[in-house]
Amino acid sequence: MFQHDRLNNELTFWQKVKELDYILLSSVLLLSILSLFVMYSTDGGEILFHTKSHFSKIIIFFPLMIFIAFFNIKWWHNLSYLFYFAVILLLIYVSFFGIKSSGSRRWMDLYLFNLQPSELMKIAIILCLAKYYHRIKIENVNSITSIMTVLTIIIIPIIMVLSQPDLGTSILIAASGLIVLWLGGVKIKYFIYSFIVFLISLPFVISFLKPYQKLRILTFLDPDRDPLGAGYQIIQSKIAIGSGGLDGKGFLKGTQSYLDFLPEKHTDFIFTLFSEEFGFIGSVALLILYSIIIIRILRIGAISRSNFSRLFCFGFAFAIFIYIVVNLSMVLGLLPIVGSPLPILSYGGSSMLATMIGFGIVLSAKINHKQMIA
Amino acid sequence: MIKGNSGIRKTDVINRRMFIIGAAKIIIFTGIIARLFSLQVNENKKYLTLSDKNRIREWKLPPIRGDIVDYFGNIIAGNLKVYQLHIIPEQVENFNYLITRLKTILNLSDKKIEKIVKLKNKLKPWESIIVSENLSWSDFLKINNYLYDLVGVKPVMTISRNYPFSEVYTHILGYVSQPNEEEILANETVQERFVPGMKIGKLGLEKTLEKHLIGTNAIQRYEVNAYGKRINQLEHQKGKQGLRVRLTVDTEVQKACGKLLDDRAGSISVMDIYTGDIIAMYSSPSYDPNKFLFGISNDDWALIRNNPLKPLVNKTLSGLYSPGSTIKPIVALSALENKIVNPSFKVKCTGKMELYGQTFHCWKEKGHGFVSLKNAMKQSCDTYFYEVARLLGVDRLNVTAEKFGLGKKVLGDYFDFEKSGLFPNTKWKINNLGKGWVLGETLITGIGQGYTQTTPLQLCLMTAQIANGGYSIKPRIIVDNNPMPLEEIKRKLKEETLHTQEKKLFNDPRNIKIVQEAMFSSTNELYGTSYKSRIDDTKYQFAGKTGTAQVKRISMRERELDLKIEQIPYKDRDHALYIAYGPYINPRYALSIIVEHGGSGSRTAAPIAKELFKLIIDRNDLRNKQKNFEEIKI
Repeated sequence: MFQHDRLNNELTFWQKVKELDYILLSSVLLLSILSLFVMYSTDGGEILFHTKSHFSKIIIFFPLMIFIAFFNIKWWHNLSYLFYFAVILLLIYVSFFGIKSSGSRRWMDLYLFNLQPSELMKIAIILCLAKYYHRIKIENVNSITSIMTVLTIIIIPIIMVLSQPDLGTSILIAASGLIVLWLGGVKIKYFIYSFIVFLISLPFVISFLKPYQKLRILTFLDPDRDPLGAGYQIIQSKIAIGSGGLDGKGFLKGTQSYLDFLPEKHTDFIFTLFSEEFGFIGSVALLILYSIIIIRILRIGAISRSNFSRLFCFGFAFAIFIYIVVNLSMVLGLLPIVGSPLPILSYGGSSMLATMIGFGIVLSAKINHKQMIA
Repeated sequence: MIKGNSGIRKTDVINRRMFIIGAAKIIIFTGIIARLFSLQVNENKKYLTLSDKNRIREWKLPPIRGDIVDYFGNIIAGNLKVYQLHIIPEQVENFNYLITRLKTILNLSDKKIEKIVKLKNKLKPWESIIVSENLSWSDFLKINNYLYDLVGVKPVMTISRNYPFSEVYTHILGYVSQPNEEEILANETVQERFVPGMKIGKLGLEKTLEKHLIGTNAIQRYEVNAYGKRINQLEHQKGKQGLRVRLTVDTEVQKACGKLLDDRAGSISVMDIYTGDIIAMYSSPSYDPNKFLFGISNDDWALIRNNPLKPLVNKTLSGLYSPGSTIKPIVALSALENKIVNPSFKVKCTGKMELYGQTFHCWKEKGHGFVSLKNAMKQSCDTYFYEVARLLGVDRLNVTAEKFGLGKKVLGDYFDFEKSGLFPNTKWKINNLGKGWVLGETLITGIGQGYTQTTPLQLCLMTAQIANGGYSIKPRIIVDNNPMPLEEIKRKLKEETLHTQEKKLFNDPRNIKIVQEAMFSSTNELYGTSYKSRIDDTKYQFAGKTGTAQVKRISMRERELDLKIEQIPYKDRDHALYIAYGPYINPRYALSIIVEHGGSGSRTAAPIAKELFKLIIDRNDLRNKQKNFEEIKI
């Protein structure tokens, strides 16, 4: 009991500072600085709107991450369900009062920036499910009630995000949720069964897709089908990356982006610009930086005493990995184009906010890795 | 404990499952890196080319045409700076305001305004609209005055073809203008170098020498953005101006020809009898080729097209005329060569000749009495030549005439519209008209009527070859790079004729001499048909032969009426012809003159020769002194 008490004692401020994971912290900081340079390049080598805006978001969200880290992981455990429901409420709010842009209603005006609640849901779902599997007995994991509960938790936000419509984000939410289910111990056969069911229902799902989404899939299968229309983005992206070569065209010298051949270069195609200017070497270096971050998060999960921390860290690490893989596969022409940002690097406040919150909770888990959660 | 146990078991599950995912992550990351490697390292070249194709665009600029100069180096087709007015829509603040301002300043028509607005909607905002292709100097000044008020307007200087002597050279040079699609495709060089707004040769030497004159495009390489807007210039590759072409023509003589014809329908050709250099070649009336450069106005075009004197026809090369009496030197020569007649052979002219019940009239009703060859030529006695032609026969006459260049194109390589004319023989009639030759036709062929059709340039060549002693020459209009002194040319002509019979047009040089003397007497002796137009000064003295070609059969009634020229309707008047060479001693130049419906050769055509010979011979020294100044390879 004594030991238990000692562990539950709040750490002093300096102890917390000492316990911060500096490798993760510096990797994230490095990535943030890098993102500023890339944003500077998208602005054509000038400090314009995107650079300024991205900088101000880093200035706000990076300290926010550290701020979050200083709260005990127990707090976040306790707030998990609440956070999930809050984001659900935001999604409901957005679906009625959200800002409509290019045919979809995803954003709410927060004066400082437009918040996209679906991005927050990517973290909320991990938190929520991590808590659920932390609390449930292992024997009950595969019970009907449990399975139905977690499926409901996942499906509700997915339906809401899909109706915005936003296929990319809903896929990422689903992936984040399913990975926690997997980690939580749901039987493999369920995954296999549902995969089969998914394949069978795929034609029906496709018939529900919006025309532009169908077009994207067709375009992915054959980008040269309509090189000036739907295939344009992917063709130009491949040209940009391919022409970057081994060592790139040089900082601020990416002609594809500089001359506006690249679509959405600030957001989804940010890697294309990076890769054009810094080449294969730069791209691999970036992937290594991301790998360091992921491995670091996994390590924190592995040393955590509580399964909540462990589940969250593993889930979050996997989510980051999925974001990167989906984004890169998309710009490299390996997957159809679904809107999905690259963590930290892409322009976009909500995505950065969600990612920084995630990092913050991971850091909190590190500081409190010896903490048991009842 | 149970709870704790469950927690530990759960941790195990989580760890185990994480391990599986970790392995999957490594595989996926490896796959992505492999993809990156294949794009960026393996296929780098392919994508680099694609990226350059994206960003680099070439603009060809219109090439600068080569100048055409006369023998003395005066530019007769050159390039002129012209001022154009462009609007760049993206720089315009208020398009409607600008258009109304321009309309008042330049007096633009509503139609033109409509065109500009249409263009504006079609073009990209950074592509300039050409408001005026050729701004007058005063309009240019006006625009510059108001420039502060005309935001988005740019006065631009470009280069345009220019013909400084206006109508003087039209029928030789032709003109340039905007080509249609067919014309672009017809010429490979044009097809390769064409850029919008470029003009190509439509007619004459401008058309024939297109590939030499055209020049090469200047090329500008620009970096462009995804919307096609030029961002910055990467390279400017200078083009080469087209070749400078030097013609054999003499502007002073050419101008004089125009003046002497004075807008009457007709033609004058002047040729060097040894080199074949064409000194002048004028077809009248002419028109101003500069009007075609920027698209001719409908009014101007109608004026040219509807002119009954047919300015669009190059009469020197494609006008076909009966030679009339100007054929007589050839008839005489042919008869002498074939030993049908000798200089003392005489025919009695009673004013007409009867043959199989048909009457053939001499121009002189009272008749010439007994005439020899010389007198017959001098007074142009038709009866004498009827008789000679009858004795000679049309086939032998045809051989001589064709030797001297009748019935063949003279400059066919350079002018695609040149006609070859016709000198008939019995075979030709059978083949083409399906009827046998009638002796009466031989008679009228002997005085240059009937089927015979010649171009003025053919008559000029014929005269030149009689004048040079009967040697074949090749007429040319582009200067030879290796000019020889006259003596050498003469020597060479004679030398060549020793080996090839083709170059020698006679059997006995005395026969040529007899014909030359007869032509001399026609001009310089009393009763000669062109005696009034003679020059006694031996420096300018020339020998010639008049001709009056009937354009319709003269009825008995008209013959009796003996109408004055003014009393005959224009269309029915005879063509006036004259051929001549000079100076008589040491001849150098030959000419042919035709005035359509001019009445008679002696009254209308011969006086022109008198004026012209003075000028031509005066300029001979200048011409001889003119050094060859540059090498041209055409």
